[in-house]
This record gives sequence, structure tokens and C-alpha cells, in this order.
Amino acid sequence: MIEYQNLFTSVQVVGPAERGVPLPPGNSPRTGQSPWVSHLLGRIGCAQIGPVYLGPLGLMSLFFGTFAFNIIGFNMLASVNWDPVQFVRQLFWLSLDPPSPAYGLSLPPLNDGGWWLIAGFFLTLSVLLWWARMYTRARALGLGTHVAWAFAAAIWLFLVLGFIRPVLMGSWSEAVPFGIFSHLDWTAAFSLRYGNLFYNPFHALSIAFLYGSTLLFAMHGATILAVTRFGGEREIEQIVDRGTASERAALFWRWTMGFNATTESIHRWAWWFAVLCPLCGGIGILLSGTVVDNWYLWSMKHGVVPPYPHVFGTVVDPSTVLQGVKP
Amino acid sequence: MNRLLTRAFAAVATLSAVALLAGCERPPPDSVQHGYRGTGMVQVYNPRIVEAQVPLNQPPVAQPAASDDGPKARDVFKNVQVLGDLSVGAFTRHMVSISQWVAPNEQCAYCHNLENLADDSKYTKVVARRMIQMTQKINAEWKPHVAETGVTCWTCHRGNNIPANVWFKAEPQDKRADFIGNRNGQNAPDDAVGLATLPYDPFTPYLQNTSEIRVGSTTALPTGHRASIQHTEQTYGLMMHMSKSLGVNCTYCHNTRSFGDWDQSSGQRTTAWHGIRMVRDLNLAYLGPLTDLFPAARKGPTGDVAKVSCSTCHQGAYKPVYGAAMAKDFPELQKLTGVVAKTGAAPLPAPLVEPRRSVLYFEVGSAVLQDAQAKGLADLIVAMDKAPALKATISGYHSAAGTLAQNQELAKQRAFTVRDSLMAAGIAEARVTLAKPQQTSANVAGEDPTSRRVEVTIK
Repeated sequence: MIEYQNLFTSVQVVGPAERGVPLPPGNSPRTGQSPWVSHLLGRIGCAQIGPVYLGPLGLMSLFFGTFAFNIIGFNMLASVNWDPVQFVRQLFWLSLDPPSPAYGLSLPPLNDGGWWLIAGFFLTLSVLLWWARMYTRARALGLGTHVAWAFAAAIWLFLVLGFIRPVLMGSWSEAVPFGIFSHLDWTAAFSLRYGNLFYNPFHALSIAFLYGSTLLFAMHGATILAVTRFGGEREIEQIVDRGTASERAALFWRWTMGFNATTESIHRWAWWFAVLCPLCGGIGILLSGTVVDNWYLWSMKHGVVPPYPHVFGTVVDPSTVLQGVKP
Repeated sequence: MNRLLTRAFAAVATLSAVALLAGCERPPPDSVQHGYRGTGMVQVYNPRIVEAQVPLNQPPVAQPAASDDGPKARDVFKNVQVLGDLSVGAFTRHMVSISQWVAPNEQCAYCHNLENLADDSKYTKVVARRMIQMTQKINAEWKPHVAETGVTCWTCHRGNNIPANVWFKAEPQDKRADFIGNRNGQNAPDDAVGLATLPYDPFTPYLQNTSEIRVGSTTALPTGHRASIQHTEQTYGLMMHMSKSLGVNCTYCHNTRSFGDWDQSSGQRTTAWHGIRMVRDLNLAYLGPLTDLFPAARKGPTGDVAKVSCSTCHQGAYKPVYGAAMAKDFPELQKLTGVVAKTGAAPLPAPLVEPRRSVLYFEVGSAVLQDAQAKGLADLIVAMDKAPALKATISGYHSAAGTLAQNQELAKQRAFTVRDSLMAAGIAEARVTLAKPQQTSANVAGEDPTSRRVEVTIK
């Protein structure tokens, strides 16, 4: 049974390419007429690469996405005097920042946030087009649109961070910079400014759903891997025709915790947990600064958390003691 | 084929793991709880790094004490402006100590013309004299920060001509046509802010100018307090500098559940608060005015003088030299002496209070509003509270000593201080206007205390 204890796909079947179903009328042909096989990718997924379907939405999305990517990249490259070595060495630090606070929502000069605004616009366009592509491709295959709506939840958070909240706050400078470390430092600064996001209940919910997602994913993945020896990885078939794999998996969970999800409901759980993570997160960000200015004080006011004893004795703000001296 | 792939994969994985861990400290770190249980109020430090710092933080052996008897230095030597009250023996001991602290290789010749020790032709001598006064000032008037431990030249210099950690204003980015590639004063791996992407000059706004450090809101709901994320990052940068300079975590001073809350902070935060003001005072009153004395090679890329930050003294230790009480062996460094200090020590005139106008006076080179002077604002604040339509106009003035640019900055900072005091008393910022005096040259007359003032009028 050791062949079932493998990190990678152990058996790769190579045969004539799978071309999928015929396209409905009004759809342009798929890109790449002859799918090929990749052994390495076959180790972690399906070995067949292609056919790809781009279509007008996919092409436009890639075009605008590349445009935004290049604006960001060239700004980073210019910020190290077009030195490719420094570009690579400092890449994680480089960033395209939003406009200075002084500009509010007005159009800033190109080199003080203008590029950021343009890159953000085209990136948003690209993401929305990609969403539309997700939606129409699912419909074209006669599928449900679950993937598109899950993606929409992530887009909600993206739009709150970069567009909706800055507009409500009246300043583009509130938005997130495009950069690897800089967006992380932005996150820390955001929490510092708004009195510790730890006390933001929507942030807490978001984290609960994030960790919940990982827990559900681990439980589900482990269950299915554990019953593959009985054909359990064909889980969709088992929804309608419950086989021994499904029965064993279900009994395992009833034994251990008295309750089991069904082969279908576990996916519903996972989908909602994953979707609620950015949905709640987006609400938490949206309320910071617009409705609540200091989450710590807010949660103290509403008794969300207990105050702790003052173990350091009386420490007084010196600026209130020395009249006339302010920080 | 498969075996080859597996081997290649293993090799790449090993190399990446090594590369990833190369920047790490060797574990395990120690952690010491100092706050309430379960709140994460701990100090985390790596004993191996601390061990490496120990030799750097040992005080030098003090020169044997000299007798206070005998003739005074000022009567025996020429041009002794600051330490003239010392006996010849104590004065000589002090000079020997300074050469041990600051110029162990060059000795006397680093500052003195050996042909004529009284000669002031070397700039280093003039700077050293002012630095002695600065040390006196720190020990005498900044006890909230240095307590009774005090400082000596060694605290910063540690045997170097120039202390190892000084700062210059960062050279502004060359944006060429200002079309693309703005770094925004941040986004570079800089030691000053612990290699974060935070603004890499946290010094100029906070340790020279008096920009607002506090960014967190003091009310649960929005009440008009506006501090941008970029401003927050600036403050965050200063805090990273302090954390790095002292080799401590945020939790040394703050309860990180609520950074701004003083009730939950440790006492160290008060000490640090005074430290920021002390450093600002030293940079404005002592180092800035020396700019013209220094040769270009000793100045920063923008022509400014080397200035102090937290790391200048602390150098990675929570207390410089682990709190060794060196200064007690040098009583001459405990009180202000010398020409300039005497003028500075003269009491300021009482604030001028009229029904619609107040004039507040300031110390030489200082933008700090003293308690006695701040009282001069009381009547105006009462009047403005009663009549919300009243608006205040603030103008800062300066004396003639020093360069015009520095003085104008000083006058501005004085005006800012007064504005901040009004705001602290609950006057909305919109009701306060800063007005630059029409002619600054017309209101200066040497080092006249009445020229170092801020005028506030309401109407």
C-alpha cells in the first residue's frame, strides 16, 4: 500500500490528447491546436498542457495586465537608475507608491503617484476582464459560476483597498503601494494608525475564516488521500453513487467526531469559508478610518476585551505634564 | 531520468534552504517577561549577539582624581573659556581624559596647535569647547533622560574622532526629469529603519524639526484627526531607529496592544520621550550652529553638520556603556559653565500679556516653550474659548547670532511650538494662522533675549 503514500502523482497515463467538449456557437476556437504533455507538471497535476482558450476577454485582460505590470516594473527600474543588478538586488524593497496625502483625490503629477494611479486603473481593468472571462468560460461549458464568484470576493477586497476606501477617505494616499515589502509595511502602518486591527471584529472574522479554510482543506485533502486506495479520489462520482471509499471516509469522521460532511457539502463549506475570508476582511478595512478611528478604543468601549492591570505603575504622558511642550 | 530529476530537485532545495537561512541569527533567543502575563510584553534577545557587544560597552579607566587646590586654570593658561574654574591639576586631568576619549592616536595635536596651545585656529578645538558645554547641558538639564548616570565624551565617541553613529540629511534622490522612478524617500534597504521600506530619513522630521510623532487616534470614532498612512510610516521609521539603537523590541516601551496608550506603557517610554526632545535640542542648539566651522569633508552630502540620534550614544545597548556611571568622576561636566552658557542661563523676561496680544520668550537656540512662558498664553486661550470667532496669528522671531537660514528655521519652529500649545489647549488648528514676520532683520539686535520671541495676537 506504500504506493498511496506519495507526495507526487505516481502514475502518469499518456495517451491521445483530451480535447474537451465542442464549443457552443459564437465562440472563437481555442488557442494552440496540439496539446502537449509535460512530465514535471504531471507530477503535481494533469500532464496535458492545453488547449488554452484566450478569446477577446482573455487577450484584453492580459494586455492591460501586462501594461500595469510594466508601469510598475519600469518605475522600480528607474528608481535604481536603470541598473539591472540593483533592480534584482533591491527588488523586494522597490515600490511604486500612491500619491502624497497633499493631493487628496485630485490628479497628481506622474512621478508623485500619477503612475500609481494609471497602473492601478489598468490592473483593475485587467482583473475585472479576467473575472468576466472566468464567468463566460464557465457558462460556455455549462458549469455553475462558483469560481467566478469566489474570485469576485477577492476582487472586493482588492477594490476596497485600492479604490473604495481611498475614495471614501478622500485621498489616494490611503491606498496600498505596489511593492513586495512596501505593501507589508503598509499593512503594519495601517494597523498602527487605526489602533490595532487585532481589535477589529471583521479582521477577527476574516482570520477565523482563513484558518478555518486551511483546517477544512487539510481535513478534506487528508480524507480523500486516505481513501484513494478505495477509489475515493473520484469524489464527484461518489456524490451520486456512494462507494466503499465514501462510506469509510464518512464513518471515520462519525467515529472520531460524531458527525460527517457529505462528499458534496464539504466543498460547500470550503467555498464559503474561503469566500468569507476576503469578504469580511474587506468590510474590516472599509470601516477603518471611515467609521472607526481606533479599534482598540472601540473594542474597549464596547467591552470586547478586558482591560489588563497596569503593572508598570502610573506612567503619565509627559506632554500633558510639561505644559507648552508637545511632541 | 527520474533519479536525475530527484537529485536536481534535492540540490536546489538544499541550496535554497541554505540561502534562506544565511541571514538568520543562530537560535535560540532568550525572552524575558516584563509585563502582565499573556500580553506578550517580553524582551527577546540573542545572547550571542549581546555577548559580542559586551566588550564595546566597557567604560575606560578614569584618570586618577586630581587635587582641587592650587591656582585656577584660567589664571595659569590663556584662553580657557569653559573649564577655567578647575585647578590646574584637574584641568590637565580633563584634557588627558578627552584625548583618551576622543583622539587616542592623535592626542593633544588633534585639537591644539602644539606651538601655542591657547590658539583657536584648529576648528576641532572650537568644536570640542562647544561639545564640553553640550555635555554639561545634558548632565545638568536633561536629567529626565540621562538621570544621575550622566554622559561624558566617551558615551558617544568611544575613542573615535567622530562618534561611530552620526547622521546627515539624506541626499535627495536625483529624479532627473522627474518623470519616472520616484523613490518617495523610502523603499530602500536602509539600516536606519531596520532594513524596512519605511522612509529612510526619520531624523530630519523628528530629531531636528518638531513634526508630530503621534499618529494614532485618541478617540474610538473619527473626530477630525487626520494622520495619513505615509505619516504613520514616517513615525514607524523613527521607532525602528530607536528599537535598533537600543537593541530592544517595541515592548520595551509600549504595550503593543495599544501603542499610543500611556497608561499601559512602561516607564522607559517616558525616558525615551525626553530623549527625543534632548536629541532635538542638541541638534538645534549645539550641532546645527557649528555647521560653518566644519570643513566640507566632515559635512554631509547636503552640506549639513553631523548630528546625533539615539544610536550615537546607545550604540545598540539599552543604556550606553550599560549604564556605567562615568560622569560622576568628572564634576566639571555636571554644571553649565563658560561664556555662552552664562548668557543662556540668564532668566528670560516674563511673558508680555496684553488683552489681545502675548509675547513669549525663548532660550538661545531653543524652540522649547518653558512653563513660565506658556503661562502667558492662558488669557488668550480663555478669550478664544469664550468667543469662537476669534482667530490667533502667530509670528516667530530670532536673535542675530548664527546663520540666517538656521535662525529662520528656529523662528518657524518656535511658532510651531506655540501653535501646538494652543492646539493642546483645545483650540482648533483652523483658528491658528502662522504669519512670517515681514522683516526678520529688523527685529534682531545681537543676542538680546527680547528678540528670541513669539508674538501671538487674536482678533
